[in-house]
Amino acid sequence: MDAILQQFFNLDIMAQAAPLVFRGLGMTLLVCCAVIPLGLVGGLLVALGSRSHSRLLRGLLAGLIDLLRALPPLVLLIAISAGLPFAGIRLSPFACVTLALFLNTSAYYGEVYRAGLESVPHGQWEAARCTGMTAWQTLVHVVIPQAVRNVLPDLVSNTVEVVKLTSLASVVALPEMLYSADMARSVTFNSSPIVLAALIYLALLWPVVRLMSRLEHRLGT
Amino acid sequence: MTGGSLFLETFFNPTIIARYLPDILKGMLVTVEVAACVIVTGIALGLALAVVRSFRLRAVNFLIIVLVDVLRALPPLVIVLIVYFGLPNVGITLPSFAVLWLVLSLVLAAFAEEVFWAGIVSVRKGQWEAGRCTGMTEFQTLCWIVLPQAIRLTVPPLTNRTIAITKNTALGTVIGVPEILNQATTAQSFSGSATPLMMGALAYLVLFIPVVIVGRWIETRFAWRRG
Amino acid sequence: MLDIRALRKTFGAVEVLKGIDLKVARQELVFIIGPSGSGKSTLLRCMNRLEEPSDGSIFVDGVDLLSPKTDINLMRRKLGMVFQSFNLYPHKNALGNVTLALRKVLRKSAAEAEAIAMAALDRVGLKEKAGNFPSQLSGGQQQRVAIARAIALEPTVLLFDEPTSALDPELAGSVLAAMGDLKKAGMTMVVVSHEMRFARDFADRVVFMENGEVVQDGPPAVLFGPDAHPRVKAFLSELSH
Repeated sequence: MDAILQQFFNLDIMAQAAPLVFRGLGMTLLVCCAVIPLGLVGGLLVALGSRSHSRLLRGLLAGLIDLLRALPPLVLLIAISAGLPFAGIRLSPFACVTLALFLNTSAYYGEVYRAGLESVPHGQWEAARCTGMTAWQTLVHVVIPQAVRNVLPDLVSNTVEVVKLTSLASVVALPEMLYSADMARSVTFNSSPIVLAALIYLALLWPVVRLMSRLEHRLGT
Repeated sequence: MTGGSLFLETFFNPTIIARYLPDILKGMLVTVEVAACVIVTGIALGLALAVVRSFRLRAVNFLIIVLVDVLRALPPLVIVLIVYFGLPNVGITLPSFAVLWLVLSLVLAAFAEEVFWAGIVSVRKGQWEAGRCTGMTEFQTLCWIVLPQAIRLTVPPLTNRTIAITKNTALGTVIGVPEILNQATTAQSFSGSATPLMMGALAYLVLFIPVVIVGRWIETRFAWRRG
Repeated sequence: MLDIRALRKTFGAVEVLKGIDLKVARQELVFIIGPSGSGKSTLLRCMNRLEEPSDGSIFVDGVDLLSPKTDINLMRRKLGMVFQSFNLYPHKNALGNVTLALRKVLRKSAAEAEAIAMAALDRVGLKEKAGNFPSQLSGGQQQRVAIARAIALEPTVLLFDEPTSALDPELAGSVLAAMGDLKKAGMTMVVVSHEMRFARDFADRVVFMENGEVVQDGPPAVLFGPDAHPRVKAFLSELSH
């Protein structure tokens, strides 16, 4: 028991590692602030494109989405950060992470929006168009608000996944929270810094996870 | 040398492909092994937890909910690192394959439990009553009446979750499981070429594109049935 | 056969059953009527412990239903129940709905269970619908499958909880006909319903409940006749409007 406490919940080591881990948290939040809005917009574009009249565009997008859904995000990240330099493109770790997560998460947000748009009955379009609204106005004022409400739990759940995905950035040496905590672990030979990082992830995400499962169960019944 | 052939030379170099193809294939085998193990144990454990939860024992359910929430809120890589680097220091040494299997199974079990539980809750109360009124025990009613209906509802969301979590086998590279990504990055650093990375990415596509397509098919098919 | 004494049921602070005494003899059809909220459905659901009574006693064939030593699953098999909302299993066809308990509870072989189930479906006139799923059956047919599911287990008492109130009048007729046949064949039945014509034709006794109490208990000729309790008369005239 004592060994477990020493290894996983050593308060002295946590206190030592805290400044580093919290600096990492700043970077984690920064990545989130870049990726989540980009992904939300990218996903919406993907979803709207999937409903376009152009067969070519629809086919391309469907292929791209399947491709991105089939590639593990870590593979995408490493392909970008280790592969692009061979093509003469050098990006900072932050840019690599943002690009990889943006691509990955746009595909997922896109799927969510697509389901949302499909959930709005066609009569809503017709009703709005009959009041003289343009297609664009109908989309913005009538369809998207309903679509978002219908898939809100999925949007939230996907956003939680994005926050969790930022931890992959540690693999390409971006000093976000997990990277910082793992550095502290390798110096102290003690897992407490990673446990500290885990506790911070829990503090950030547990309330959202709880809320989600409430939403899901309410919808289920 | 033209730009096109330089591109091919860098990213799809035939000599390097021939040299490292066996390694990548070995990696694919490991990825498939981990994935298969994770899917079987993860879904079985998730179903078992949902069944236990349906007996509504307060203390037990509290523990299940906390466990599931924690596993859903933590990035899997964080759990992998805690288990892989932490357990040896308290006297438990697991091979990296086992660590990856254990962690991903737990994560999948957590998500599967939520999905199964939502399915069980969505079966109307009258179905429980009808079963009990024909003399079935609570457990028999759960097995023969409630679960068959619940599982049908859970297939699409569970498929998507399972695919997403199975892809996390790539995290194994961080702790040295010789799966595809690990083989590819090792080959890349030995050869100094981007080609193994492309081979690795293609290997994932070969494995997962069919899975994604089947997943999409399941989603539409079951959505249609419900409607 | 069925002997209920001083039965009480409270939900929180609300007392839904305030000491009910009711006896049902073998082959008797007891018909329970009363305004909604009178506790008649709760009483029925207490009879097989879908609701746990708060106080009192229930004896079935001399067995104390509320004793912790009683095997409730065994007793429930003897107390068949038909629900307002049918509660057929949507993932099984009509035959599968009937055979499930025969196989899992009575441990019959597949062939034996099927033979019993077909006989039960035949009794409710649905032999030819054995392969249909609930979604392919009308409401009246679904309810008759539910009756077949109950009688296949050879219950000593059948409990009906508003079996026709979810049905259109023309569909209700087939269900009532099936129930009438059961009565003629000597089945002991307790029916909660608003089908007064059926009560007049088939009931041995009619019980009027209000506010968790039995107001009057007697043959249909009395409750539907001039000697009925004033509250029964008020209820019936309200209903016929």
